[in-house]
Amino acid sequence: MTVGIVMLVHTALDRAEQVARHWAAGGCPVVIHVDSNVAAPVFQRFQKALSDVPGLQFSRRHRCEWGSWGLVAASQDAAELMLRQNPDVSHVYLSSGSCLPLRPVHELQTYLADRPTVDFIESATTADVPWTVGGLDQERFTLRFPFSWRRQRKLFDAYVTLQRRLRVKRRIPKGLVPHMGSQWWCLTRRTLDAILTDPDRPSYDRYFKRVWIPDESYFQTLARQHSDQIESRSLTLSKFDFQGKPHTFYDDHLQLLRRSDCFVARKIWPHADRLYEAFLNEPNQLHDRNEPNPGKIDRIFAKAVQRRTRGRPGLVMQSRFPHQDWNGAVTAARYSVFQGFAELFEDFAPWLETATGARVHGRLFAPDRVHFAGGETTFNGALSDSATLRDDNPRAFLTNLIWNTRGEPQCFQYGPVDTPKILEVMAYDSNARISVISGAWAVPLFKSGGGFVDIRDAAARLQKIETKQLKLLQSQWVRAHVRIWTMAEFIEAPMETLKQIVDDIGRNPSQRLTEAPQMVDLTGFAEFLQRLKNEGMHPHLMGDFSVNRMPQPSNPSARRPYLVKR
Amino acid sequence: MGLIQSYHMRLRRKRLLLRALRKSRELRPVTNRTELIRPGDVLLFSTQRNEMLRLPYFLKYYRDMGVNHFFFVDNDSTDGATAYLEAQPDVSLWTTKGSYKRSRFGVDWLNALQRRYADGHWTLVADPDEFFVYPFCDTRPIRALTDWLDSCGIRSFGAMLLDMYPKGGINDEPYRAGQDPLEIAHWFDAGNYAITKNHQYGNLWIQGGPRARAFFADTPKSAPALNKIPLVKWSRNYAYVSSTHNLLPRGLNQVYDASGGEKASGLMLHMKFLNTLGDKASEELDRGQHYAGGREYAAYAEGARDNPDLWCKWSERYINWRQLEILGLMSKGNWA
Repeated sequence: MTVGIVMLVHTALDRAEQVARHWAAGGCPVVIHVDSNVAAPVFQRFQKALSDVPGLQFSRRHRCEWGSWGLVAASQDAAELMLRQNPDVSHVYLSSGSCLPLRPVHELQTYLADRPTVDFIESATTADVPWTVGGLDQERFTLRFPFSWRRQRKLFDAYVTLQRRLRVKRRIPKGLVPHMGSQWWCLTRRTLDAILTDPDRPSYDRYFKRVWIPDESYFQTLARQHSDQIESRSLTLSKFDFQGKPHTFYDDHLQLLRRSDCFVARKIWPHADRLYEAFLNEPNQLHDRNEPNPGKIDRIFAKAVQRRTRGRPGLVMQSRFPHQDWNGAVTAARYSVFQGFAELFEDFAPWLETATGARVHGRLFAPDRVHFAGGETTFNGALSDSATLRDDNPRAFLTNLIWNTRGEPQCFQYGPVDTPKILEVMAYDSNARISVISGAWAVPLFKSGGGFVDIRDAAARLQKIETKQLKLLQSQWVRAHVRIWTMAEFIEAPMETLKQIVDDIGRNPSQRLTEAPQMVDLTGFAEFLQRLKNEGMHPHLMGDFSVNRMPQPSNPSARRPYLVKR
Repeated sequence: MGLIQSYHMRLRRKRLLLRALRKSRELRPVTNRTELIRPGDVLLFSTQRNEMLRLPYFLKYYRDMGVNHFFFVDNDSTDGATAYLEAQPDVSLWTTKGSYKRSRFGVDWLNALQRRYADGHWTLVADPDEFFVYPFCDTRPIRALTDWLDSCGIRSFGAMLLDMYPKGGINDEPYRAGQDPLEIAHWFDAGNYAITKNHQYGNLWIQGGPRARAFFADTPKSAPALNKIPLVKWSRNYAYVSSTHNLLPRGLNQVYDASGGEKASGLMLHMKFLNTLGDKASEELDRGQHYAGGREYAAYAEGARDNPDLWCKWSERYINWRQLEILGLMSKGNWA
């Protein structure tokens, strides 16, 4: 009773030789199929090199193009040869030249001897497999595929489209239920023999010759006809990436492979000397062997596929540059933008920093320079405070800032005279939370005490800009979370709104909001607005501030209002 | 991409190749060991001028990485670099007194050599102060990367230039021949790079880093480009357009994903900011052989005189490629 190894070989023949010797030394009969694409002299050298190995044979050669029938034909011939020549073989293990046995041969023999009737073959119905490439699952079995996917892609695609349009469908041979799975199986003599000697085999073979990637479905489907006990998993550890290509193992995977307790891994980089050295030559380690457990390797490769297809959100770099209208978040994390708050409250930034624990910057997009928190001239990631550098690519500045500070929520002030281009970027960014007190730009003008003609011009200009900004922020395409209050609305109940904002940033939910920021003294503000009106400039963005309905300004000398805790 | 534009690009590529052929007449072969090259070998192409000090470590670094053969164009060196390179067993060397500027900063010379010798090989183009870093470079030779790229059907691999600098003035610690420059210049800017797309060639255009921050804060448009595509499975029909920033045909410039995923990418650690810069800058300025009238070197010469310090409190200290990956400067893509 032993396990026979069938090896399909097409490149790295020196490695295949090493592995074949290893199997043979472990007492396994070996049948090798060499792709007929391999040049004759190369093949003869290979054959000669292995001529001293007892129990090693070569089977009839076929051309094995990926996804073609040749691979199945090669497996059939090799398996037939194996069964015919080695009556003591009870299981046949199909492997490739780039497979590497990870556990001592006798462990595999024992494992299979303990399970004499079990067929190890991954075999699932098409509805249940997520791994199909090219979007063809059920159609693999109902369309015809006379063209090579690798070499004649255009014809391949055109013929598929044509068949779909004409609604032609092949009939699946009676009694067969298409199953798919890894092409690397290990079948019992009984099952394999039943498949190879089935009286219907000619008609099955005829059918599968025109199925796409038959090596993933021929044995997988027919084993279902003949096996008593299918264990639907492969004993060969083989992971596929998002293009359906097998992942490769390198020297640095040594520990990972050791701990996987799998019997065979594929595919191994031919120059991974340490892996071949470790698994073929080292004496067996004595440690408790378990069932194969490729979980950790699965996770690593799943993460790699995820990184390739989804990437790290908000990262903009040399090999990830999402379309500007791409449907994801522009930035890496949530951030808050405030317009009008610093104008209305004397100490807004320090207050917000204390209340939330977030990083609160000044006006990052101010025309003179970047006002980083604490007046710094550089910031995380070595961002410069130069306004020209920033304005050369404000979008990059923003994405960099948020990426560089991931893990720490960022807040900053914005205003009508700041870099205009960035507002659009933020409006379409689902990570942005933009809070605007409209018309608050009038407060600094009111406080400035400058010449009224200048003030009037400035007010007219700022109002025009902010009107445009509000229009943008209120458009239906906006993805940011936007809240807008007129100044009059806001100062009616400032604390409620502030509390909501603080809760939203949500850095320290345990921390209670106890102190309110200091609002500037607005005595005379209504008169100031009235004077603007009298000059013919009607300020409307701040809401209703009629002279006789002036809201209560907070008195600096009075006690600050306290919030009722939740 | 319209037909006319495609044809226009094709003409441009043919012109570049013709130009390379013409410029290659300026090259005089010193030693040609190209018969040593085997199929599958990884080749490195470089131009150099008076880089004797840097060459020993440069060669060691890339030999350790698994580069099989080096092609050098020596631009009229006077410091013994020519003799040194000639004696190396894995170097093929050409020399020229031709104008660096009029060979479009060496691109024409290298295009010509690549067309002649690199067809079907993976080729790396690196200046003597550039050190290629790629995912798993501490455990896998470059052949592992190129084999993987081959298996994925990828023809070109991006590696942005990452300017490295010391802490303190760049003249404070002199560089010795054979020394790993990382011992001196192991700081870099982690997150101040600005990217736009070049719609003509389809490549990304990256600017930023310490040079933009320190020398070009007021004229960001003229800051040097950092995007590079130094590793290409070469075909005799390919041509670099402007340094290794972009190539033709345009498909080779698609080293980034535009739908949210990450392609695998590496970095070129740029060891320019050593004490050698000051001399180099004034020499280059005198020769007027550099890009945009040596604007860049003018800035350095000016800065180097005061022994500039590029370090700031947010500078990041280099540890390994994994750190660069986590910072988002390069990516493993789907290589695991």
